[in-house]
Amino acid sequence: MTVLSIENVSKRYQLNQKGNSTDDLRDTITRWSNSLFQPSKNKNTKEDFWALKGVNLEVKQGDRLGLVGANGAGKSTLLKVLSQITEPTTGIVRVKGRMASLLEVGTGFHPELTGRENIFLNGAILGMQKSEILRHFDAIVDFAGINKFIDTPVKRYSSGMYVRLGFAIAAHLEPEILVVDEVLAVGDADFQKKSIGKMRDVSNSGRTLIFVSHNLTAVQGLCNKGAYLRNGELIKAGKIDEVVNEYVKTVSKFQLTQNWSDPNDAPGNDQARIKSISLTPNQEILVDNFDTRTPLKIAFEYWNMMDNAELNVSIFLYSMTGECVFNIADDAKIYQKGIVRAECNIPGDFLNDGSYYISAMIVKDRLAPVFFFEDALAFDVLDYREGTDWFGKWPGAVRPKLITVNSVQKELL
Amino acid sequence: MNSRERIITAKKSITDYLKEIWSFKELFWILAKRDILVKYKQTVLGIGWSVIRPLITMIVMAFAFGKIGKLDTNTAIPFTLVVAPGVIVWLFFSQSLQALSQSIVINSNLVSKVYFPRLIIPLSTIFLGLVDVLISTILFFIICIWYQFLPDWKLFLVPVFILMTFLAAFGIGLISAVLNVKFRDIGQIIPFVIQFGYFISPVGYLTESVRSTGQPWFYKLFVLNPVTGCIDALRWCMLDDFAEFNWNSFLPLVIFIVVTFFYSIRFFRKHENSFVDHI
Repeated sequence: MTVLSIENVSKRYQLNQKGNSTDDLRDTITRWSNSLFQPSKNKNTKEDFWALKGVNLEVKQGDRLGLVGANGAGKSTLLKVLSQITEPTTGIVRVKGRMASLLEVGTGFHPELTGRENIFLNGAILGMQKSEILRHFDAIVDFAGINKFIDTPVKRYSSGMYVRLGFAIAAHLEPEILVVDEVLAVGDADFQKKSIGKMRDVSNSGRTLIFVSHNLTAVQGLCNKGAYLRNGELIKAGKIDEVVNEYVKTVSKFQLTQNWSDPNDAPGNDQARIKSISLTPNQEILVDNFDTRTPLKIAFEYWNMMDNAELNVSIFLYSMTGECVFNIADDAKIYQKGIVRAECNIPGDFLNDGSYYISAMIVKDRLAPVFFFEDALAFDVLDYREGTDWFGKWPGAVRPKLITVNSVQKELL
Repeated sequence: MNSRERIITAKKSITDYLKEIWSFKELFWILAKRDILVKYKQTVLGIGWSVIRPLITMIVMAFAFGKIGKLDTNTAIPFTLVVAPGVIVWLFFSQSLQALSQSIVINSNLVSKVYFPRLIIPLSTIFLGLVDVLISTILFFIICIWYQFLPDWKLFLVPVFILMTFLAAFGIGLISAVLNVKFRDIGQIIPFVIQFGYFISPVGYLTESVRSTGQPWFYKLFVLNPVTGCIDALRWCMLDDFAEFNWNSFLPLVIFIVVTFFYSIRFFRKHENSFVDHI
């Protein structure tokens, strides 16, 4: 039975061309008064952006649908439309049964209220009836493990307790359709395991799950159906493995260098623009392919448009499934307008064989991201091994040689 | 399995809209309860503040306008009683207006993460001020006993005029709430409006004294203030036959409520779906 059908759904956002991110009353009045005199000129300042373009999708009861796609592909917009936070510009969504969406853990918690009061508040916000909350109350408190602190204001909770309570409430929702955004990204490993387990329970009991994550391993492990979105369009829908393969195939473009000669065309914004990024083997002998022994060098250059800006660069390395292998940043320093170069060395005998991709972020004042250059590079590391007769796939995100295992004969019999 | 089918599309009819609000009534109560609970958290006196504020205001007003301003010389009943309805209306009106105009921005974490009819948020602010109204009314009765004053049957109309006071604040409050999402300037303007609105409303004096200043144009403007209508009506029903019913201020109030109510709801509906883009 079809429980959710998305028919030709599009969503348009209007972008202000002039970059009016600081939209205050004075600006609007100025624009109004300008438009009195130059009515035609003002109309050009709005630009349409279609976050979703004619998406058609059907979800059957009991399906576990994983939405995949790069950032900005429209996954979150689709979730927002499904959970009715924004309305679609055109098209219709038909929903059969109660739907609950979990875009965040602990939505609407009030810090001054106690755990008990917040359970009722959050439950009502997520759409539970009071009788339902009462029925699950003890189970929620147990699951969160906060029995002692139930009458303490949540502002005195540790962040772990806060997240556990938020998830415990959501876990006891009994919707027919559960929509989950990357809530798994927060919390420790234990919590992630717990939440994945809870979502499996949801689908095992015949309910429907819609799940968005960048972590392809989690999507593949949890879902049976998939939908792949790119630039707001639905590229492929069907069995999860086929969809993930399609996604990986189109994404894994082998890209070792990117260059821009003109700052005006380069990705970035008014504060910084990307000049170049490249990945080369960091050794005398140049090789075409990298294997696990090859030391690598990432060279990253950008145009800094700000004077006296305290900047640093943060490099992210992801495995192909979207898990971050590491994130390394340099020390923040004061830079003037001009080109800034950053280098990052990855030693040989560190990465495992497989596909990786790299993103770079420029950070200002040690905390504010200026620009996040995502999926900047993509590369494969080939396998190399010696002294073994085993040639199966080596597990792990990394295969560092600096961590060693040593065995000695401790006793003779 | 719930077989009811829900349709998410760009345009919703008004009846669907009202039905939907009704189906979220539980959230309405919870939000109202939250606001009241939070208001008195971590205070020593707790709900005592709702007694102290109107009480002190009444005493100060009676003293300032009655004794210093010498307005109490020609009133038939104690001046504290005359001031009481004014204070009740004013505190309720200003509190409601303030809470309404901030309601959406304060609840931005809800607006951007979960769906429910957004109108629930401003509607639920009514209870915040109602607690104070209830307490000040009890206070009024205590003052009545103190002065051995007996109000008549018209007292039963108090809830009607209290509701009208909320409706008077509702229209402008709702429009301010919408504008405040995009222009935080509103957050600066409202306290300012409340501050001087106090002086152009007959809280500590009588509308009658304005009429007798001998400047008819000023009186004509004065009665257009919706708060004047509320206070006059409440004085009429709370103070036996001390004050006559003032149609001059009541009619503008009714017109004001009807116009702003429907316009503000239309305005709200038009903008509620873009809150999340601006918040």
